[in-house]
Amino acid sequence: MKDAWRGFKGLFTALFVLAGTALVPAIAFAEEAAAPTIDTGDTAWIIVSSALVLLMTPALAFFYGGLVRKKNFLSVLMQCFMAACIITIQWILIGYTLSFGTDVKGLIGGLNFLALAGVGAEPNADYAATIPHTLFMLFQCMFAVITPALILGAFAERMKFAAYCVFIVLWATLVYDPICHWVWAVGGFIRTMGALDFAGGTVVHINAGIAALVCSLVLGKRTGFPKKMSPPHNLPYAVLGAGLLWFGWIGFNGGSALGANGLAVNAFLVTHVAAAAAGLTWALLDWKINAHPTMLGMITGVVAGLVAITPAAGFVTPIDAIWIGIGVSLICYFFVAVVKVKMGYDDSLDVFGVHGVGGIWGAIATGLWANKTVNSAGADGLFYGNPGLLFIQLKAVLITVVYSAVVTFILLKVVDLICGLRVTEQEERIGLDLTQHREAAYTTLD
Amino acid sequence: MKYIIAIIQPDRLDETLDRLEEKQIHLVTVTEVMGRGRQKGISEVYRSHKEAGSLLRKVKIEVAVNEEFVKHAVEAITAGARTGNIGDGKIFVVDLAQCVRIRTGETQNVAIG
Repeated sequence: MKDAWRGFKGLFTALFVLAGTALVPAIAFAEEAAAPTIDTGDTAWIIVSSALVLLMTPALAFFYGGLVRKKNFLSVLMQCFMAACIITIQWILIGYTLSFGTDVKGLIGGLNFLALAGVGAEPNADYAATIPHTLFMLFQCMFAVITPALILGAFAERMKFAAYCVFIVLWATLVYDPICHWVWAVGGFIRTMGALDFAGGTVVHINAGIAALVCSLVLGKRTGFPKKMSPPHNLPYAVLGAGLLWFGWIGFNGGSALGANGLAVNAFLVTHVAAAAAGLTWALLDWKINAHPTMLGMITGVVAGLVAITPAAGFVTPIDAIWIGIGVSLICYFFVAVVKVKMGYDDSLDVFGVHGVGGIWGAIATGLWANKTVNSAGADGLFYGNPGLLFIQLKAVLITVVYSAVVTFILLKVVDLICGLRVTEQEERIGLDLTQHREAAYTTLD
Repeated sequence: MKYIIAIIQPDRLDETLDRLEEKQIHLVTVTEVMGRGRQKGISEVYRSHKEAGSLLRKVKIEVAVNEEFVKHAVEAITAGARTGNIGDGKIFVVDLAQCVRIRTGETQNVAIG
C-alpha cells in the first residue's frame, strides 16, 4: 500500500514539474500576444463555425442530389464539390480582396489583400477585432463557396460541366464579390445606407436566387418538362442533406456574430425557431391543400425558414422569428406550387422559389421586426417604431436583384459563346453522370 | 408444362405465396416491376404540386408447373391476389418447351418439381 502511495506521489510530483516547465513558455507567449487582443473563446467558436459552414456545401449536394434523377446524381454532387475547390482558390487569390480590401468609392474592394497579402494572425479590427484576420477570411470563404453552388439547382440536369466551371468563377468574381463588398465591407454603399444583413440574406440568398431564375430562363426547360419528369430519385438523401444544412446553418448565422457571445446565441436560437416554425407551416399547408403532409414539403419549409432568418438572425427576438418562419412558408409555398406552375419556367429544384423569394421576405422581415434591444449595433424596424429601415431594406433588395439579374444574364451569354451552356438533347437523355463524368452513381448488379 | 406469369399488387404478395404453398407449389420467382393497366397511375405530390404517376409499382410472380398443377396455381394466385378492386393484375399462362435442372442435368417434368 505504502509503496503504491509513494509511487503515486512521485508520479504527481513529476507531472507538476513537467506542467510547470510547460507553463513557463506558454505564459511568456501569452504576454507577447497580448497586444492584438485575440480572444480564444471567439476564435474557437469561429473556427467551429467555419467548419460548420463548410459542411453545408456537401449537405447541399445531397439535398439537391436526392431530388434529381438517378442518371444525374453524381453531376450535382460534382458541381457542389467543384464549387468548394474552385471558389476557395478564387477567394484566396482575388475574391477576398475584391470583397474586403480597402474600399474604392463604395463599389469594390481594393487589391491590398491580393493573394492574401497582409492577411495574417493579426486581427482586422474593421470586421473582427478579437479573432485572427486569417480566420475571418476563412469564415467568409465558406460563404463564397456555397453561394454559387446554391444556383446549380436551377439548371440541374442540363448544363455542360465545363460551362458550369467557367460560369461560377466569373459569377463569384463579378457578382458575389461586389455585392459582398457593398453589403458587408466598411465603405460599401449598401452598408453605408444602413441596410441590415446579418448573415447573408441579400449577399447569399437573394443574390443566388435571382441568378438562379435568370439561369433557368436562359438555359430553358429540361427536355420533357413538365409532363414527363420523374419524381426525386432518393428523397431520404434530400432529407439527410436538409438535416445537415440545418446543422451547418447554426455556424452560418451563429458564427456571423464573429464572437462567442450573447449575440451568437440569439442568432442560434432564432435560426432554430424560424426553421421549426417554417417546416411546421409547410407541412400544415400540404396537409390542408394536398390532403397529406409530405416529407419533401417539410424539408423545403425548414430550408425556407433558415433562408428567411439569415439576414435577421442578429436583430430579432425568438418570438418574432416564429412570424418570420410562418411568413416564409406561406410566401414560398405560393411561389413554388402556384407561380412556378403558372409561369412555366423550369427552376428545377426551386432555388428562386425558396432562396430568392425567401431571402427577399427575410430582408423585408428584418425591416419589420429588427429590434435594438437584441443588438444595439442594429436598428429598429417598422414594428418597433422605425418605418425608415423597411424602406432601406427594400432599396437594398432592389439593387441586388437588378445587379444580380443583369450581370448573371451577361455572363451566361458570354459563357454560351465560349463553350455553349447546354448539353445536347441526347446527352441529356443519357444523363450527365455518364456524359459529363463517365461515372454512374448506382450499379445494377453488385 | 406451363409457365405462369402473374402481375399482382405488391401488398398481395405474402397472401399469394401462402396460397401457392397450400397447393404444394413452392418454386417461384418474384420480381419488383413497374407497370400500368387500365387504371392508369396514382398521382403523387412532389414539393406541393401533384404529378400524375405514369407507372405503378407491381410484383411479378413466375411459376413453372406440370400440367396437373396449372389449375391449382391459377386458383391460388387468383385467391391470394384478388381484392375486387381495379388494378388487381393479370395471370398469363404460356406453353413451356423445355426445363433443365442445372445441378443434375435432369430435364422436363422431373426437373420442374
